[in-house]
Amino acid sequence: MIVVEGLSKRFGNTQVLTAIDAAFHKGRVNQIIGRSGSGKSVLAKCMVGLYQPEEGRVLYEGRSFHDMEEEERRQVRQRIGMLFQGSALFDSLTVLENVMFPLRMFGTMAKSEMQDRAHECLRLVRIHEKDGLFPAQISGGMQKRVGIARAIVLEPEYLFCDEPNSGLDPQTAIVIDDLIKELTESLGTTTVVITHDMNSVMETGEHILFIHQGRKWWEGDREALLHTDNKELIEFVFAGNLMRQVKEAMTRGR
Amino acid sequence: MGMIVHFGRYLNLLRETFSRPERWSIFWRRTVEEMDLLGVQSLGIVALLSAFMGAVITIQTKTNIDSPLIQAWVVGFATRQSVILEFSPTVISLILAGKVGSNIAAEIGSMRVKEQIDALDIMGVNSASYLILPKLAATTMINPFLVMISMFLGIFGGWLAGVQSGVISSEDFIMGIQTGFKPFHVTYALVKTVVFAFIITTVSAYQGYYTRGGTREVGISSTRAVVYSNVVILLANLVLTRVLLL
Repeated sequence: MIVVEGLSKRFGNTQVLTAIDAAFHKGRVNQIIGRSGSGKSVLAKCMVGLYQPEEGRVLYEGRSFHDMEEEERRQVRQRIGMLFQGSALFDSLTVLENVMFPLRMFGTMAKSEMQDRAHECLRLVRIHEKDGLFPAQISGGMQKRVGIARAIVLEPEYLFCDEPNSGLDPQTAIVIDDLIKELTESLGTTTVVITHDMNSVMETGEHILFIHQGRKWWEGDREALLHTDNKELIEFVFAGNLMRQVKEAMTRGR
Repeated sequence: MGMIVHFGRYLNLLRETFSRPERWSIFWRRTVEEMDLLGVQSLGIVALLSAFMGAVITIQTKTNIDSPLIQAWVVGFATRQSVILEFSPTVISLILAGKVGSNIAAEIGSMRVKEQIDALDIMGVNSASYLILPKLAATTMINPFLVMISMFLGIFGGWLAGVQSGVISSEDFIMGIQTGFKPFHVTYALVKTVVFAFIITTVSAYQGYYTRGGTREVGISSTRAVVYSNVVILLANLVLTRVLLL
């Protein structure tokens, strides 16, 4: 479980996050949603230690991440897997080498065992037949899947996914969503997904946090989201025609 | 104020760079790869420039000291001194700052804007040490060899051009390059080379590591890496010359 307490972050004179309190639960897909520039990615980057917050703290199983000694922080980081918006695969390494990378840096396995484990993860994300290709030789959706495989290869306790569906066609986006949900359930990870894709929210969102103007504006689950009377959240969620039609259909069906 | 902040961040990056590598085997493998990329692949341009510059130095020296009071072997002597003391260690380092420095800044800068450095940090890898230390080890080990090759080819190019164009006989040139030779001058040149290699790698890595933005900023970092490396090399050249030769 990850708990965020009173977290504030600013860049120069711009206040990006203000006093965020939230809890992200184990074995669930926790989603942070909000408009572009609302501060959701900054919140995630504060949670994984890429940014130092001005105030507040992030607790991993009750231990404050930013107060830890460097070595302890490194150990926590090795239990975190992260899928980046642009996948962040290493260009000079093949798909297999990218997935093996964390094992080579921190694992104690023999090379053949590392390869077996990397292949196992690539099979989980259904891309094992592309293991010899370089990132530039595969599509964006495939890169995301390789990014997921790399994120889970050390069997992380915490999985962060930053905009996992951005730039993907709807079908591939659903595949990625399903994968994240499956992995969360099978590995029992505390999964945090940053997204503004409402299809993804409706498919996988078990615990949803809405960030607006750098503040926690709303918190709940999918069901509560559909029936919310929060003005800003309604404007965000039902901005698209499809979601408006879903809402109307639900209202008629009630 | 801005310069102090940059210098502080530069020192902090150096501190992180000199951390113990997570895996020595990976560090050595990466160092050998960087030796090939940053050193061996620069051999062609170093050889070409050295031979031609040596040739030009010989011909220009001859045309400028064409006097019956000056003995012919002085041309060989001047060529050797110019090549060993200044051309090979300093001019070649300035050229390497352009080739290698821009390469380092562009590679690390691209990794920064594509979040690959963030990925390393989140995995718990010391990204500065993982990315920069092998490059630093590679350039400080391989550049002295490049400079020694440059010295040899510069003098050889001078001999060839001098003899072929008839400005000096082979005997006079060889006598010139043997006259008053001080082995310490080679040591001085190699010390400078190692310091310049350190400057090229760390200044360029700093520019790349702190790139923010997109591809345009990567280009800006790459240009800054070359300009700042050159300026620092010229300053260090003066300081080292004062300290080592006076």
